[in-house]
Amino acid sequence: MEYTADMFKPVEKDIEGAEAIVRPSVTYWQDAWRRLKQNRLAMIGLWVIVIITLIAVFGPVLSPYSYSDQSLFDQNMYVSKEHWLGTDDLGRDLLTRIMYGARISLTVGFLASLINLTVGVVYGGVSGYYGGHIDNIMMRIVEILSGIPLLLYVILLMVVLKPGLQNILIALGLVYWLGMARIVRGQILSLKEQDYVLAARTIGADNSRIIYKHLIPNAMGPIIVTATLNIPQAIFTEAFLSFIGLGVNAPMASWGVLANDALPSFRSYPWQLFFPAIAISITMLAFNFLGDGLRDALDPKQRK
Amino acid sequence: MGGYVLRRLISVFLVVFVVASGTFVLMHTIPGGPFKKEKALPPAIQRNIEERYKLNDPLWKQYADYLKNLLRGDLGPSFKYLGRSVNDIIRDGFPVSAALGAWAILFALVVGVPAGIISALNQNKWQDNAVMAIAIIGVSVPNFVIATLLMYVFAVKLRWLPVAMWGTPRHVILPMIALAGFPAAFFARLMRSSTLDVLSQDYIRTARAKGLSWYAVVVKHVVKNAILPVVTYLGPLVAGILTGSFVVENIFAIPGLGRYYVTSIYNRDYTTIMGVTIFYSAFLVLVNFLVDITYGWIDPRIKLVKAKE
Repeated sequence: MEYTADMFKPVEKDIEGAEAIVRPSVTYWQDAWRRLKQNRLAMIGLWVIVIITLIAVFGPVLSPYSYSDQSLFDQNMYVSKEHWLGTDDLGRDLLTRIMYGARISLTVGFLASLINLTVGVVYGGVSGYYGGHIDNIMMRIVEILSGIPLLLYVILLMVVLKPGLQNILIALGLVYWLGMARIVRGQILSLKEQDYVLAARTIGADNSRIIYKHLIPNAMGPIIVTATLNIPQAIFTEAFLSFIGLGVNAPMASWGVLANDALPSFRSYPWQLFFPAIAISITMLAFNFLGDGLRDALDPKQRK
Repeated sequence: MGGYVLRRLISVFLVVFVVASGTFVLMHTIPGGPFKKEKALPPAIQRNIEERYKLNDPLWKQYADYLKNLLRGDLGPSFKYLGRSVNDIIRDGFPVSAALGAWAILFALVVGVPAGIISALNQNKWQDNAVMAIAIIGVSVPNFVIATLLMYVFAVKLRWLPVAMWGTPRHVILPMIALAGFPAAFFARLMRSSTLDVLSQDYIRTARAKGLSWYAVVVKHVVKNAILPVVTYLGPLVAGILTGSFVVENIFAIPGLGRYYVTSIYNRDYTTIMGVTIFYSAFLVLVNFLVDITYGWIDPRIKLVKAKE
């Protein structure tokens, strides 16, 4: 077939049409959410967390047993129709206790993370924003405090405060913000040199407005990732403390307490240890999956 | 370099000083005190005890004495075991813990580093997926769970290894693996990402282009450069092994310092808790200090003087 010039005609030039934005623009958060949704492991983690949270909230209510009900006839029973995960040495229903333990672990995880979030963000934000001597002093303090593992401080605090859920939260809150403060400071240091901060200052925004409206929202990605990865750490710390006898009080059932209680009779009744151990591991795994996924989604530069 | 070392040494002392002062304050805010038993002691005995442990001195004098003794390396008497000092406890327990810890570090390196390299060299193949799946489980499962699982499978069920106690090389294996679980998994992840980083560098392509075999490139160029982040992690690693020893030694009934530490927590043996904590912190900041110095020496690109940020 022959092509001739009259077979073609020029396309009408549509300047406005070419410039028009066809799809609605995607914000940072929509983009991150889209990336997160594609990450299968992270979504599994998210769903597991949702399910564990539901179980923690409704499970103990629906169970026919209470976490502290003792029954001398049902000691150390194996998995059965009445007790789905068996009973412990005082005849308490293990499933109910594990579901109750989920409440404690999640409470510790979320609240401790929330405290870190507020204290760490404010501390790091102030230090990074003001710089100079203030920064020097504040970071020197952080450096000295993080010279030894935070767990040692928590142990010391717990020795003084006496065991109990509230005190665990206090001890974790007092100590675990250090990492967050460092990350926020680093972010703020690089962000405060940006032009829009200068622009904000020229139109007369004061320091607190610049910190809370401009700098922190822009540093939100790393902050959320750090907070998420702090949750399994807090859950682990609580289980660890309970395991060495500094955690919540009996008859309250934290996963660490359950694991520790099961240890003496471990050879005869190993499932008493396995079930809480599985519960801790799955929860931490889920949070780690989600945290890793969030890091990839919120900070695409870091992705490997 | 000299200035940096000096500044770091000062900060080492500062950390120990802060921890020591903190423990002193905590020790004196504990209501009751170590000798206030439920059954009241006769006043004369009470007085003698307070005399013996200098509890009736003014607080500032107690603090000064405490710091003075600390400088001489004397951590004071145990409040629980009559006639034993905290130093005795450390002398008994620390060598055991150190031996176990050294084995665990070695194990973590020998397993974690090659696993990470294999993973990176086979990126996104099944080897990579398998190593990374095991690694994320390794960082998520608490050490006391790993310890009890190992004990159940290999000691109780299979009877290959002793359930607990300490003494022969066979006793080391299970606690060593339990302690090394987390760092090995962490090393694998660290090594994988740093190896991937190095693999994309130009000098690797150059090395290949000039005709070096793939094996030589990996051994001489990739691993040598990729291992640097692992060295920086050695400080936190020692800290992790140390805190891990609290539960692992307890589970396996190993007479190490970690076990004494936890026992002193159960016993509310305050002087021992505080003394061992100070010992731990001094040990850890020293290790970190040495690691940083070594790091500057291994990687000449790092200028220690500029490490201030």
